[in-house]
Amino acid sequence: MAYIPHDIPGPTPTVADRAFWDYCQQRELRFQRCSACHRFRHPPAPACPACRSFESEWIQAPDTGVVFSFTIVHHPAHPSMQTVVPYNVAIVDFPECDHARLVSNVIDVAPEDVRIGMQVALVWETAGNDMLVPRFRKKSQAKSKI
Amino acid sequence: MIRAASSTTNQACIVGVGETAYTRWGRMSQRGEWGLACEAVINAVADVGLAIEQIDGLASFSNDTSVPWLMQQALGLPRLGFTSMVWGGGGSGTCGAIAHAAAAVEAGQAEYVAVFRSLCQGEGHRYGQLGGYNELPHLSFMVPFGMFSPPIMIAPLVQRYIHECGALPEHFGEVALVCRDNAHRNPRAVMGSRPLSMQDYLTSRIIAEPLRLYDCCQENDGACALIITTLERARDLRQKPIRILAAAQGGSAGWGDGALGSHNMPVEEYGLGNGATLATELYKRAGVTPDDVDVVQIYDHFTGCVLMTLENFGFCDRGEAGPFVADGNIRWPDGRLPLNTSGGHLSEAYIHGLNLAVEGVRQLRGESTSQVDDAEVCLVTAGLSASPVSAAVLGV
Repeated sequence: MAYIPHDIPGPTPTVADRAFWDYCQQRELRFQRCSACHRFRHPPAPACPACRSFESEWIQAPDTGVVFSFTIVHHPAHPSMQTVVPYNVAIVDFPECDHARLVSNVIDVAPEDVRIGMQVALVWETAGNDMLVPRFRKKSQAKSKI
Repeated sequence: MIRAASSTTNQACIVGVGETAYTRWGRMSQRGEWGLACEAVINAVADVGLAIEQIDGLASFSNDTSVPWLMQQALGLPRLGFTSMVWGGGGSGTCGAIAHAAAAVEAGQAEYVAVFRSLCQGEGHRYGQLGGYNELPHLSFMVPFGMFSPPIMIAPLVQRYIHECGALPEHFGEVALVCRDNAHRNPRAVMGSRPLSMQDYLTSRIIAEPLRLYDCCQENDGACALIITTLERARDLRQKPIRILAAAQGGSAGWGDGALGSHNMPVEEYGLGNGATLATELYKRAGVTPDDVDVVQIYDHFTGCVLMTLENFGFCDRGEAGPFVADGNIRWPDGRLPLNTSGGHLSEAYIHGLNLAVEGVRQLRGESTSQVDDAEVCLVTAGLSASPVSAAVLGV
């Protein structure tokens, strides 16, 4: 069973972030990086906040991130989440990508075991609109599966 | 800009305040946000003794649904010289709207500007539920991961704050208890008759760790309004003018939509909120320091954000807000810095920060139900988790 129900509303890509989600559908996590000054930025944006260049490229992220912060959600903010709580929402940081961060989930840890600093490995799960979205496993377990 | 344009008599001030009743969410759905907005403006005009026809400017924030042309239509305003809407979600624009109104009257674009905010959180429009914030631009990076509502958006910031400075549950609880205690003296406060003990706080259900129920503000129906004009015009009016020493919008670099988006704000500020840059600018414009502030109305959508704001605005050092509140500093009447003397969002009502500004005016008029002796300077803050945030320093 999915950590978060498959029918949760999926991403609705915009002009700015369509490339990000397109790569996700190919099971590739890529962050936008400025072609001129090579600074990563997320969420995707039309210009580089460091040098204002409009040229960018999409760089494959490492398959490991770090839990930067998190919450364990107990109150279902939507009736469809009644049977899902408690679940974690983790802020996963990629230090090598100028600390680009994803709001995501660590799908294989008990609520009491989530920690800031925990190493997590990328996995793909389906959300609404049959869109693949990036979620994470604890690093050791993800490794054993590979 | 605002300060440079000011002279003694041209300075902007708040001369009227008006409110509707405040209720639990959904209780005034039948009256609607438009109706409540009109009532708040009419009450504010009556408070200062103006004729409604003298209102020639309207300002609001957070995409208030009572757009100026509807307000002009319902209130029969003969001339609309100035209208403004501060971009952005939540109540972060409260003091931005005050700043716009102040700039308008100081520049002569309008004579009497009404700043208002009206909320009816009927079913399907509750901020605490999925769908309450449909206008946020980066929902694709949030909703598929179960980040639906403000508690879930803010909880990771508070978690990080705790990680960095070791704040204790009792520190957050003290903020909730102080607000509730102040609400008990305030007949307008929605939670005014409900007791709250530290034990109640600590054993309340978890919403999104580390946030307990009583860390989270209410969802309410209600509206309030301020009337802003210049000191010169205020001379002939009924109420003592409360000067806007400074009102400013701000935001530190790299915040973007911050916690109301994909959580990519700067690493070192993630657990503190977006306020330090604004605070520096605001104090400079107002010509005051934290030591000059007698009473504060801090945007308390969540208790943790109050601790962060106390640090950002220089009332204590980094990581010291927990011990600061635990020492009784924010308690009325004996604390160094009485806080949210109406009960705040946590216990009076959540009118997106504007009711905090109303209470700031009340304090400086000497009319609060938790009156601070000889209060002369009040800080009001708005928002914390995205850009722009805003704040104001009010003075007698």
